[in-house]
Amino acid sequence: MSDRTFSDAVADPYDAPPLSFTDREDRTIEVRAYDGSDEEMEALVEMYDAFDPSDRAQGIPPGREDRIRDWLENILDEDCLNVIAWDGGEVAGHATLVPDGDAYELAIFVHQTYQRAGIGTRLIKALLGYGRVSGVEKVWLTVERWNRAAVGLYQTVGFETSDAESFELEMTIRLAEPPDDEGG
Amino acid sequence: MKVLLGIGGSDDSIRALEKTVERTANVDDDLTVAIVDNPSVERSREDIETRVTELLDERGVEATVRLLDGDAGSALVDLAENEGFDQLVLGGGETSPMGKIQIGSIAEFVLLNSHVTVTLVR
Repeated sequence: MSDRTFSDAVADPYDAPPLSFTDREDRTIEVRAYDGSDEEMEALVEMYDAFDPSDRAQGIPPGREDRIRDWLENILDEDCLNVIAWDGGEVAGHATLVPDGDAYELAIFVHQTYQRAGIGTRLIKALLGYGRVSGVEKVWLTVERWNRAAVGLYQTVGFETSDAESFELEMTIRLAEPPDDEGG
Repeated sequence: MKVLLGIGGSDDSIRALEKTVERTANVDDDLTVAIVDNPSVERSREDIETRVTELLDERGVEATVRLLDGDAGSALVDLAENEGFDQLVLGGGETSPMGKIQIGSIAEFVLLNSHVTVTLVR
C-alpha cells in the first residue's frame, strides 16, 4: 500500500447528482450517476471512440474500440462510482472513482466538443458529491504537470499536491473524517 | 547487439526480463542482466537472481548476471555508458487501478540521463 498523504481537513461538501445546468454555450447539461444499463455504456463507448488522442492521459482512454470496451468494463464495475454529463442523448463528459485500498482513484474526461464550457468543474463537483454521500473518505489522482487546465480544475475543487517528485503530479483530497478507532 | 537489462524485482521488471530473454533466444543478442536495488519492492535479491537463472536455463540463453549496488538508476546508466552497451532495457511501468500507466522512478531517472538508447517493455 502506498504512503500517500491526505489533508486532515475535509473538502467542501458538493451536491450529489442528479443535477442540471446551462453551460457557457447555452447547452442544457444534465449530470447523472451511471445507471448500469447497456445503453449508457454504449453512449460512453461512442464518446471515447471519438475522443481526440492528443487528450489521452497516461494511456487512457485507450485508442481502439475493443480496448475502450475492456477499460470501461473495469471502471463501470459495481465497486466504482461513475457520473456522466449528458447533452440530450449524447455524452459530453464522464468522471469516475475507482477503488484502491482505502482510497479511490479519480479520472475525468470531457469530449473536445464540450471543453472550455464549464462542464468539467460541474462534473467533478458532482462526482465528489456522489463520493461523499456514498461514504468515500479519500480520493487521489495523477495529472501531467504541463496540463495546467486540469491542475487548475483540481485545485479549484480542493485537491492538494501530495507528490511532485515524479513525471506526473499526484494530488489528493479528503471527503470525510477518518472513521473512529475500532472499539472506541 | 549488446543489451543491458536492469531488473529491480517489480512486476513490470519481471515482465521485461521474460520478454528480453525470449528476444535474446531468437536474435542472438549479447545480454547482461543487472540486478539492482528497488526500494519500493519487497522481493529479495536472492529471489530475483533465482528467477533470472531459472528463466535463462529454461530458454537455453546465456547471459552475464551482475549485482549492482547503490542508486539503481545511476548505476545502470554508468554501466551502460562505460561498458559500451547499445541498449538499456527496463520495465515499462505499472498501471493504476484506473488503468493509467505509471513509470517507475528508476525508469524516470534512466530516461532523462542515459546517453545509451533506452527501451521500456510494455
